[in-house]
Amino acid sequence: MTEITKQRNIKAALSIATTALLGTSVTTTTSVQAKEVDEWQFETAYLLYSEVDRVTAGEVIIAGTKTFENDEILNLKLTIDALTGASANGAVAQPKAQTFTRPSGNGQYITPAGDTPLDDTFKDTRLQLNGQWTQPLEDNITTSIGGHLSKEYDYLSLGINGNLAYDFNKKNSTISMGLSYFLDTFTPEGGIPKAFSSMLVGDSNSPEWNDEFAKTRVGDSENKSTTDILVGFTQVISRRMITAFNYSYSTVDGYLTDPFKVVSVLNSGGFAEDYIYENRPDSRVKQSTFMQAKYHFDESLLNIVADVSYRYMWDDWGINSHTIDSRFTIPVGQTSYFQPHIRYYQQSAADFFKPFVINNQSLGNFVSADYRIGEMTAITVGGKYGLLLNGRNELSFRLEYYHQMPTYAGFSLPAALDGLDIAPNVDAIIAQISYSF
Amino acid sequence: MKMNTIIFRTRLIRSMIKPLLLSACVVSLSACSSLGVEPWERDLLAKKEMALTSSPIDAALDDHIYFSKEASSGGKSFGGGGCGCN
Repeated sequence: MTEITKQRNIKAALSIATTALLGTSVTTTTSVQAKEVDEWQFETAYLLYSEVDRVTAGEVIIAGTKTFENDEILNLKLTIDALTGASANGAVAQPKAQTFTRPSGNGQYITPAGDTPLDDTFKDTRLQLNGQWTQPLEDNITTSIGGHLSKEYDYLSLGINGNLAYDFNKKNSTISMGLSYFLDTFTPEGGIPKAFSSMLVGDSNSPEWNDEFAKTRVGDSENKSTTDILVGFTQVISRRMITAFNYSYSTVDGYLTDPFKVVSVLNSGGFAEDYIYENRPDSRVKQSTFMQAKYHFDESLLNIVADVSYRYMWDDWGINSHTIDSRFTIPVGQTSYFQPHIRYYQQSAADFFKPFVINNQSLGNFVSADYRIGEMTAITVGGKYGLLLNGRNELSFRLEYYHQMPTYAGFSLPAALDGLDIAPNVDAIIAQISYSF
Repeated sequence: MKMNTIIFRTRLIRSMIKPLLLSACVVSLSACSSLGVEPWERDLLAKKEMALTSSPIDAALDDHIYFSKEASSGGKSFGGGGCGCN
């Protein structure tokens, strides 16, 4: 009984907090509050993402959903995450130690011989707010609008979205269309580096340092905008099966370069002579098709629910990717379930991706050595265990292993890189605990 | 003469594409109308685990991870911008 009261109090507190976020008055009468309290549903989660020797991120989500009398749905979500650790700076491993200047220009770091250069200064906290309002316009038309705000120390993202869905064929078929627009502002510490300029390496306490460093900068901040169009079709096949098909078109304009990434300039023997700041095109058009099927097996197959999806993405940078994602929800007794998860991902490299450049080669207009736009295969395996408490609240635990395998096929290695692992695998653990009430 | 034949054939194919696409759409939509269930047969589809996104929180967290670590995003929902993730 005490437990239930305590839970109601938490729910009440969260309801008031959520109402405050919406901007509506919290000085409502007790009876109204009581009614709201009964109708809010909350989902909370804590996620830990931790890469071996690299980045660790902790993320907390609190989401509240309220369904009103006429099937209007309000969803509010607060996300806070903190990131620390090291991230690959783009430079290639060398048979000798390498010295790099931190993105801020304040100080240097040394990468030991044979290691992939990692910038260990990453530290950021992000706060994100999302709000979504969904309501039926007519019996078979649903509309939804939403807003997004995300703020980091050096990054601000604002977004809006709108969706329209039309049900027909006894609501067995649904056509939907969505539009979203994001405007991001990036204000990296140390400013925006000049494309292809050499990273200044030396004594950052010398009197000339600041002037020399400023020569490699072109400004304090940059913007980018993202417009997404999503067209979807959902079809109920049978009592046990539902399918979905999406096509999306996304155009990104503005500053798409990563200001923290450099490219090694090697001599013909393979020894680094210079590190230049990368440069990416200022626009990108991405398209994707997505297909999903869910199937509820019968008792002879333990009432398992299979969820399998496939996405094909392609863009005008020359990247295309295949993603296969599958989850199987296996009931365990009356009140719990186990859900294995396997995800396979494979991408090709952007046309301008080069793990390094040789000093006598022409650079072209764009170059990046960021392995995330290089050829790569990644696999995620893991599982989730969930259990129902008090018949309605769900507690779940998720543990997954994420393994990235970059490959630099097609690039011939100069002698100095022989025997070095220039495309190291990245391993990460994803651990999550969720509670909904 | 040969050129004229090619142009004629190209025009013929082009003029056929639209009705073919339209009829393909009509056929697929009418095929869909024979699919599906009656409202009283939605017991399994109404279960939470049969929702297309059965756990929106997991989906949001996964989207954030893979958006930061891979060159692809979106597809199921908006790819969006949203973070300067590393």
